[in-house]
Amino acid sequence: MTVLSLRNVTKNFGETEIIRGVSLDIEKGEKHAIIGPNGAGKSTLFHLISGLYGVTGGSIKFKEQEIQNKQPYEINRLGLARSFQVTNIFARLNVFENVRCALLWSSGYKYSFWHLLGRQKELNEKALEVLEQIGLKDKMHFPAGELAYAHQRALELGIAIASGAEVIMLDEPVAGMSHSEAENAVELIRKITAGKTLIMVEHDMNIVFDVADRISVLVYGEVIACDKPENIRANPKVQEAYLGEVVGSA
Amino acid sequence: MALVKKSALWIAYLLALLSLPQFFDSVLAISIFNQMAIAIVFALSYNMLLGQGGMLSFGHAVYFGLGGFLAVHALIMIEFETVYFSIIWIPLVGGFIGLLAALFIGTFSTHKAGTVFAMISLGIGELIAASSLIFVSFFGGEAGVSGDRTFGPPFFGVEWFQNVEIYYLAVAWVFIATLFMYLFTQTPAGKMANAVRDNPERAEFIGYSARRVRYITFCAAGLFAGVAGGLFALNYEFITEENLNAATSGRVLLSAYIGGLGYFIGPIVGAVILTLMNSLLSNYSDLWMLYLGIMFLLTVLFLPRGFAGFIMMHQVAWIRGTMKQLIVPYLLSGIPAVVFVMSSIALIELSHTEDAEFYYLGLTFDSNGAMDFGLIALVAIGALVCVRKSLPQLKAAWESANEVIDETGESES
Repeated sequence: MTVLSLRNVTKNFGETEIIRGVSLDIEKGEKHAIIGPNGAGKSTLFHLISGLYGVTGGSIKFKEQEIQNKQPYEINRLGLARSFQVTNIFARLNVFENVRCALLWSSGYKYSFWHLLGRQKELNEKALEVLEQIGLKDKMHFPAGELAYAHQRALELGIAIASGAEVIMLDEPVAGMSHSEAENAVELIRKITAGKTLIMVEHDMNIVFDVADRISVLVYGEVIACDKPENIRANPKVQEAYLGEVVGSA
Repeated sequence: MALVKKSALWIAYLLALLSLPQFFDSVLAISIFNQMAIAIVFALSYNMLLGQGGMLSFGHAVYFGLGGFLAVHALIMIEFETVYFSIIWIPLVGGFIGLLAALFIGTFSTHKAGTVFAMISLGIGELIAASSLIFVSFFGGEAGVSGDRTFGPPFFGVEWFQNVEIYYLAVAWVFIATLFMYLFTQTPAGKMANAVRDNPERAEFIGYSARRVRYITFCAAGLFAGVAGGLFALNYEFITEENLNAATSGRVLLSAYIGGLGYFIGPIVGAVILTLMNSLLSNYSDLWMLYLGIMFLLTVLFLPRGFAGFIMMHQVAWIRGTMKQLIVPYLLSGIPAVVFVMSSIALIELSHTEDAEFYYLGLTFDSNGAMDFGLIALVAIGALVCVRKSLPQLKAAWESANEVIDETGESES
């Protein structure tokens, strides 16, 4: 079943075409990676799907609903959550509050100013469960801005998954991490996205081929191939455009 | 346990407020306490905007002033028996009009925080202040409007002739307002206000409209600013354009900032300091606004988290029991610092005074003599050199008192 469907999506910044007619179907439960050289438009595509940017043309459907003109918070409420390439957390709140904030809307609290958070036992337990999952329970009282980089990335993931969204989009989740940190992060990603749909932008090809069921290759704002990892690896067009050296050396 | 501790703090706060007139019962003291009460509610409401919600406002006096004006009109209506209710509810009238104004103005001012919000707040502030001189029937022009709080039904026999009676009424409202403003910070809307302050973009990706969150915080701040305006109306029984103009907006910003925006208690500290400066320092010097400005500058430069932040900096040393290591270094730096401040003030006052003789700290100086001027300047320079010389020992003592001990027992500073 298709959960996310892009049809002829275009995005221009002034005269410059960044996304040039992308069509893509993501199936429910799929682990889908979007790869491409720097400047291919991967992050822009993420921003279009998640509502940060409006599209110039085309349509994006999430669970049969058109979302290309919706605000990020409306799209999130439909069950699509994302993380960011640059760590994007609530720096002055502590780790626990970061995760609890991410849980509030999906737990039905909306803009309530009559519920005292300290008394919401179920909500607080849920936040602790997420912290347990991402391995930050012992740092729950730390101000998020003072965490080590790898821990901030883990928190970034925690905020994305906390709401229980069925589609998770991760934008370069292991960027800037050491090899061992990246390995741990991949394990974490597997664990927390089990049973969910995952769309991921990543430069580390080992991780991409390890995690993804299907890969889309984006070059100059166009999808030049969309297939299973083994077929992508063997695709001469992809090798020519992007992967040749990387796969060969991997 | 935490609940017991928190309740004890609130009870202590209430008892402190209630017991003040027992220790200081002069007319001047009660008048200052009333001003403090008003300033505390106003500064806390400002902190909701800037400290909690990240909205820098240059026009918060609008909600205080509008609340105050309607409150005075309510007093007039009680006096002429158009309405009939006890004046204890007047702050609620102020709060209601503050909320109404915020409900309307917030629809277009809370789209963005940052510069856009600050500029709109400045514009609205100027607009309302200018309107107050145009719509004379409501605002009373430059003379303002005045009422009389002694009409209306007495409250358990109290007819509000005395300022001390108003003080106890103000304490009740200050306590209620402080409690509700604190509780707001513990709700989803309050916590999301912090989240939007830190990162509005990310807040949108966890289901919240940053604009809506700002709007709710803005309205709550308007409501409590209006309550403060109502208390002002009760205390002074008159209100003028000055109470909703940019100067009043500036003063509340100063008190919240000097007190410390990052802490709930910060604006309370700031409101107390500013009221004391306003009421006491102004008796001694015409230049008190200059000193206030210098204090603001020094706070921004050296205590960016305000006085409350300075106190909270000592939390680690307090918990670790290393505070006593700091006493001597503080004295070694603090005494010359005080001497420097006092001699600098003497220099400023000496240059400003028109009298031939200048009395300061029990001493008499010749305001026309270069000798005295030079002597004080020498003391100031000497004190400043002492401060500079003593700072390394203070820094070393601070690092030693706050040294991080890891699990192996080794220290890592």
